[in-house]
Amino acid sequence: MSGVRVLTGTRKGAFILTSDDKRKEWKVEGPHFAGWEIYHMKGSPVDPNRIYASQTSGWFGQIIQRSDDGGKTWTTPGSSPEELQGEGGMSKGESNKFVYDGIPGTHQWYDGTQHPWEFKRVWHLEPALDDVDHVYAGVEDAALFESKDGGKSWSELSGLRQHDTGPRWQPGAGGMCLHTILINPKNQKQMFVAISAAGAFRTDDGGKTWKPINKGLVSNFMPDPTAEIGHCVHRIALHPSKPGTLFMQKHWDVMRSDDGGDSWREVSGNLLTDFGFPIDVHSHEPETIYVVPIKNDSEHFPIDGKLQVWRSRTGGNQWEALTNGLPQKNCYVNVLRDAMSVDSLDQCGIYFGTTGGQVYASADSGDSWAPIVRDLPAVLSVEVQTLQ
Amino acid sequence: MIRVILPHHLRTLAKVGDEVSFDLNGSATVASVLDALETKYPMLRGTIREHGTLRRRPLVRFFACGEDISHESPAIPLPEPIAKGDEPFLIIGAIAGG
Repeated sequence: MSGVRVLTGTRKGAFILTSDDKRKEWKVEGPHFAGWEIYHMKGSPVDPNRIYASQTSGWFGQIIQRSDDGGKTWTTPGSSPEELQGEGGMSKGESNKFVYDGIPGTHQWYDGTQHPWEFKRVWHLEPALDDVDHVYAGVEDAALFESKDGGKSWSELSGLRQHDTGPRWQPGAGGMCLHTILINPKNQKQMFVAISAAGAFRTDDGGKTWKPINKGLVSNFMPDPTAEIGHCVHRIALHPSKPGTLFMQKHWDVMRSDDGGDSWREVSGNLLTDFGFPIDVHSHEPETIYVVPIKNDSEHFPIDGKLQVWRSRTGGNQWEALTNGLPQKNCYVNVLRDAMSVDSLDQCGIYFGTTGGQVYASADSGDSWAPIVRDLPAVLSVEVQTLQ
Repeated sequence: MIRVILPHHLRTLAKVGDEVSFDLNGSATVASVLDALETKYPMLRGTIREHGTLRRRPLVRFFACGEDISHESPAIPLPEPIAKGDEPFLIIGAIAGG
């Protein structure tokens, strides 16, 4: 029997929400890692029982957790008794060791001065498409790491951070985070990442070299609004069947590229506001996309307290508000960039979590919504696994 | 025998109770206690002191016999009651935030 598993990361732990394919009745498990911030969890497309989780704390730093049984039990990779001893009798315990390659150097700080690159946390984990032990991590301060041993150890793909423009990257309000990692399923050497507030980048050689892909973006807060880098990209999404088409929710503007990011055009169309954080694509309709408009960059909540998902069935420009089942008064939550996801059941399900602790689900492509759970800690991320 | 009390979140991470204990080879210093602690519980590496530099994380504090020794050299011998196991070595998460 098919079903779904919704991996929900919050400010105070992880929750796993499960249902059958009807998506009416839900089982809520958690909190896992109670009291810790769970920035992101994501399952391997190779084996859905393999789930990686980013567990962080301002006090105790970064932890990587791994489950091999669909989230029932968790371990820090490389810390089991048989793995304790490394070469020379030294303990390993390097699953949370994120060390920049070489001399880290500096990037631009808020005040324009240069500031040392300092690892803070993992924002996003992206399991590889063909190897359960291969996983990428997008981190703050912005860099891309990978593990090829199931999260036991990590190394930086430093060609990104060492791009010529690196010293000019600067943080957005949430820190200088690499929050989006997309892998082209038709050519896995091609990947796309997004960094706030440096912009979007693409590799065509598996991560060795990178190029900024920000042509067409306009950011009026910058001295040069069309600069090569410096854009506050909030999220990028693609459909696996059409990986050359990318959709972007920028700080302001919803954008679209049909040439793998080489050029972008605005598709905000009739959106009441084109500020927002997440963007996602329907699992069966590559031209159907979803955003959650937020009032503006100073007031991170829906316009007039009405929580609305907006859907375009035309790949942008023509948008419709989806409100059935969502609160239409007194709602002042935000939906963060990694807090929306879709399932791939026949009738595509859409899910998102809010900073007010609600996780909403739609089992009919967004036409109607219902909360799975209402009172979790602030939701940082939502990822959905479709189980067969 | 060295006794160490960890902060709540590190107890849950290491899956241990209120207090852990272990034998130490050589003299008891902050550095040697943390080395032994991290060898026994490798998931704690990087959570109390940073990888590579081994610097104490900014919001972690060390207490011995009622004294905050966080800013002392990690190579200085710990007080005898700690070294003999009469008193526990305390690792504390600083009170911060709301």
